[in-house]
Amino acid sequence: MQHGRFLYGLQFAFTIAVCAFLVVPVVMSILAGLTVNYFVGLESGLTLRWVLEVWDGYRDTLFLSLGLALACLVLTLLLGVPLAYLLARSRGRLARAIEELLMLPVAVPGLATALGLIVAYGGLAGFRTSAAFILVGHVLFTLPFMVRSVLAVLSVIDLPTLEEGAASLGAGFAQRFRDIVLPNCRNGILAGALMVVTLSMGEFNMTWLLHTPFTKTLPVGLADAYASLRLEIGSAYTLIFFLLITPLLLALQALARPRRTVFAERDPSAENDS
Amino acid sequence: MMQAVPISLENCAKTFTDGTRALEPVDLAIAAGETLVLLGPSGCGKTTTLRLIAGLEQPDAGGRVLFGGEDVTALPIEKRNVGMVFQSYALFPNMSVAENIAYGLRLRRQSAAEQRARVGEMLALMRIERLADRSIDQLSGGQRQRVALARALAVRPRALLLDEPLTALDAKLRDTLRFEIDSLLRELGITAIYVTHDQAEAMALGDRIVVMDHGRIAQVGAPRDIYQRPASRYVAEFIGTMNRLSGHAEGEVFRCPGGYVAWPELPATAREILFRPEDTRIAAEGEAASLRGTVSAAFFCGDHVRLFVDVGEERPLVLETPARREYRHGETVALAVERHGLMVL
Repeated sequence: MQHGRFLYGLQFAFTIAVCAFLVVPVVMSILAGLTVNYFVGLESGLTLRWVLEVWDGYRDTLFLSLGLALACLVLTLLLGVPLAYLLARSRGRLARAIEELLMLPVAVPGLATALGLIVAYGGLAGFRTSAAFILVGHVLFTLPFMVRSVLAVLSVIDLPTLEEGAASLGAGFAQRFRDIVLPNCRNGILAGALMVVTLSMGEFNMTWLLHTPFTKTLPVGLADAYASLRLEIGSAYTLIFFLLITPLLLALQALARPRRTVFAERDPSAENDS
Repeated sequence: MMQAVPISLENCAKTFTDGTRALEPVDLAIAAGETLVLLGPSGCGKTTTLRLIAGLEQPDAGGRVLFGGEDVTALPIEKRNVGMVFQSYALFPNMSVAENIAYGLRLRRQSAAEQRARVGEMLALMRIERLADRSIDQLSGGQRQRVALARALAVRPRALLLDEPLTALDAKLRDTLRFEIDSLLRELGITAIYVTHDQAEAMALGDRIVVMDHGRIAQVGAPRDIYQRPASRYVAEFIGTMNRLSGHAEGEVFRCPGGYVAWPELPATAREILFRPEDTRIAAEGEAASLRGTVSAAFFCGDHVRLFVDVGEERPLVLETPARREYRHGETVALAVERHGLMVL
């Protein structure tokens, strides 16, 4: 008993230590963004000055990032869900090859992908200077996550037979897609959406090369702020990012919760067939 | 109860895009209200035939599928109004039991009241009323297959197509459901096509059986005909157990390593003769023991013993004999064969 209690204490202490390791920098950063002078310390007093300054100077990056993330989500849904469906339905070697190729933008460094885009499309001035240029990069980078998570859900259900069952009852392609395919990959779609929005919001690697002074996203602005302004401003920036992304993630997570509880009370007689 | 429709396949062949010939040109007529069983090992073309009837596959050019007088060859499955039951149930996991059964009715734009009434009828027919609001993952295999049957029948299909519906179930449940499906098909009088690789299932359920082999029809007939008068060695060996003796004819006597069998109608060219285990018995005391062998295995089955007797053939003869007497491995026994059960193929 004594031994078990000691082990429990040890595990508890370890867990607390790990949490502290992760949480302390966040708290420090938040405090830094609210402190009058970080080098003096908290005695210098708390202020919203830095937050307001960031809001004034970088508001646009915030809206651009949100807009990009949403546009990216719409595009990955429109492209990714049908693509995952096609990949799930075809068992050919070509489908498997496409599945692998799709992961390339994740494996290749973002900088390389960005360079590729610039080399290929940099000459189209209107396109190069618009936010759409960044959007293309984000879609390339996030699409595999959408496809993968939808595909994962689709490959555990016997989709072809489910569709044949629906067809035998009179469902045409559109009805099958609406009534059978989409509802059954709902959880995959939501999980994918969560990934896409988070990744797009935080993407820096590629965006740093793709952006122009007029198309700065939040992470790019953040790097700017850290590099050229006071530490307090950078920290206040982080605080805003944090306030923005947390409710978004929580909302998506709540949506992604399964509709029916799997642990519903089971009638014991359900097991016997009589 | 339901309008029964005759179905016929005319010159239906199926070649897949990779060039494999799954089905040689087949002609097949299924009477209205008949239960036809497609039987054969995997890869024999039975499922392909079912899928041609369902509209899940198109026959090669020149083939026609007819429902009643109507040519449905060009119609996809969703326009054919057939009920399908799959080995893997194919129930929609995103819908409850009642929603699954109502799905076909919903697609036909029936009113909510009509749907409710029909779903209730189907639940009662399959005796699963208390499962109506369950989700699919809360059902056992047998319950799932009952829901699948209810869903397929709810839309009053022109034919019911069943693709190995009992294969995924355990033996005891398979027996129960086989009985239920049999009563259901008889009660409804619906045209039914049933695919299976299990000959016992085929004989129990089929009005007629189509035995298939490598994309061809090996024999079509009532279960009794196929069992008693198989058209080929393949059919004889696939349905039930067949005993075989090899040797040669000497007048009215067939000579083989284990002795001889007297048979007045023996063809002079016979190189082998076949007969069923139930036409084989232990020779009675004083009876001329024309065939002798040694017991190679004896399985006690309660009411009878399944005996394997080595008579110097490739495979031992099989027979069932009353369990009163005990048989020992290696014991010599004398056998007799009923003449009416002898055949040459």
